[in-house]
Amino acid sequence: MLNYAIRRIGIGIATLFVASIVVFATLEIIPGDPAQLMLGLNATDETLNALREQMGLNDPLLTRYTNWLSGFAVGDLGNSYTYSVPVSELIGERILVSLPLAIFALILSTVIAIPVGLFSAAKRGKAADTVTMGTAQLGVAIPNFWFALLLVYIFAVGLRLFPAGGFPGWDAGFFPAIKALTLPAIALALPQAAILSRITRSAIIEVLSEDYIRTARAKGLPNRTVLWSHAMRNAMIPVLTILGLQFSFLIAGTIIIENVFYLPGLGRLVFQAITQRDLIVVESVVMLLVATVIVVNLLVDLSYAIIDPRLRRRR
Amino acid sequence: MMEHKPLHERETLGDFLVKALRNKSFLLGAVIVSVILLAALVSFFWTPYAVTDLPVSNRLQGPSSAHIFGTDHFGRDIFSMIMVGSRNSIAVALVAVGIGIAVGVPVGCLAAAKGGWLDETLMRANDVVFAFPALLSAVMITAVFGPGAINAIIAIGIFNIPVFARVARGAALSIWPREFIFAARVAGKSSSRITVEHILPNIANLLLVQATIQFSLGILAEAGLSYVGLGTQPPMPSWGRMLFDAQVRMVVAPHMAIFPGLAIVLTVLGLNLLGDGLRDVIDPKLRRER
Repeated sequence: MLNYAIRRIGIGIATLFVASIVVFATLEIIPGDPAQLMLGLNATDETLNALREQMGLNDPLLTRYTNWLSGFAVGDLGNSYTYSVPVSELIGERILVSLPLAIFALILSTVIAIPVGLFSAAKRGKAADTVTMGTAQLGVAIPNFWFALLLVYIFAVGLRLFPAGGFPGWDAGFFPAIKALTLPAIALALPQAAILSRITRSAIIEVLSEDYIRTARAKGLPNRTVLWSHAMRNAMIPVLTILGLQFSFLIAGTIIIENVFYLPGLGRLVFQAITQRDLIVVESVVMLLVATVIVVNLLVDLSYAIIDPRLRRRR
Repeated sequence: MMEHKPLHERETLGDFLVKALRNKSFLLGAVIVSVILLAALVSFFWTPYAVTDLPVSNRLQGPSSAHIFGTDHFGRDIFSMIMVGSRNSIAVALVAVGIGIAVGVPVGCLAAAKGGWLDETLMRANDVVFAFPALLSAVMITAVFGPGAINAIIAIGIFNIPVFARVARGAALSIWPREFIFAARVAGKSSSRITVEHILPNIANLLLVQATIQFSLGILAEAGLSYVGLGTQPPMPSWGRMLFDAQVRMVVAPHMAIFPGLAIVLTVLGLNLLGDGLRDVIDPKLRRER
């Protein structure tokens, strides 16, 4: 177990390292001079040079890369070109919207998908299964931002139950904030839940054909116990894999959904940064999101070993 | 009941089609996808209205006999826009799948054929690419080169590479230990020749199933990117862009949002059904489990 964990963490760190080089290199080949952008066309060479020096743009590429990377480690990402505030401050504010949204959506999708998948597997081949899986098939095909538009039309414009967009901030209290995040979270969660319920169903069905399930049934255990405690644990591996993968889709998804609901999260930040060519912000947000994806996948891999003791011994 | 044929016996295309058309999922998917492809092709020669005209006096009309899906904020016919937009979605997703196959499959096959450190290196590189969801690649590419449909193609294509590499590697690894591969080795064939002559034909069907799935994901991704302005740019009609235009007009013209969205759902649904059907037909083992 320990060897496996160490090896897996080592790979995770190496992946992070290479990914950081990719992000840095991509955004460094950008045409245009950030100093020029900040000062405008009328700036004199002298002021330009002074600013470049201050921003560290005159340093060799390698120095800038290592500065950026070590800045990441201590949370100092430099100053935004357009807002002139520390990037870490900007990200810190925005992450308080994006992260709760992603987690909210992940919880919703799991809470919906696992019982639905289990139910469908238990009713396999019957009408209830066909209807549920037909709905799931449809759900997979629905783009989350379109679903979001429909939700706004029905629940915000029509029924006036939820705000159509915007975020009051956590200072406004927990419930108003959660209320503002509810429609976005549903929009993100349902298509993911559709995928997850299909995976759960097929994983359970596969497990149900195993001998030990027959034994458990032959012992006279009630169907519910067999499903929830015997089948579920073994079906968790494929379900977890997909959950890990879904987290990266959710992260990407929040970027789009934030634009539908005008939520001041990382997604909005990155789009504003692109239009204002505030590359240091783009660079930092992209790196942060990529790092999140890598870390989540690492955690998923490690949790396999906890769920399935067989994997511990094999490696 | 299913017949058990020897593995090496190849079925003809006719046999395959007969089997496939009996599969409900495949049939329904094939019909939907054909209709969409046909609409895209026809749009090159004919659309009910020209999408380049801007008859503003007709703007924001609901569905009627003259405009079955209504008109948009410039008075353009939404049905015609959807027809023309389908070309774009299909082209972007198709080229992105092509990139995924062209790069991913050789990488996966090479990793499977050589094994050892090369396999390890290639798969670790795969992990790195995998950490960049299509949207993040698109954000970076747009930051560097500015927005455009090409960005969407590249971003989605990059996302497809590790997917195909993994599928190809996994499938190839299951073929390598087979006896007929051993025979080919004894006959003195090099591993690259074995890959081309024996491995690829045997993993092609799995790759085809994956291609269908990635195609449908590509359609969704393109729509998302165009919606946030990172993909296809106006005046070129695209489904995602149409939804963006619809958003601020939801209250007065909900039809502007409904129909392009349905077009996306229908296309993706058709491709997914086609993919599911193909998988069932190609790999009956999976069908028994379901």
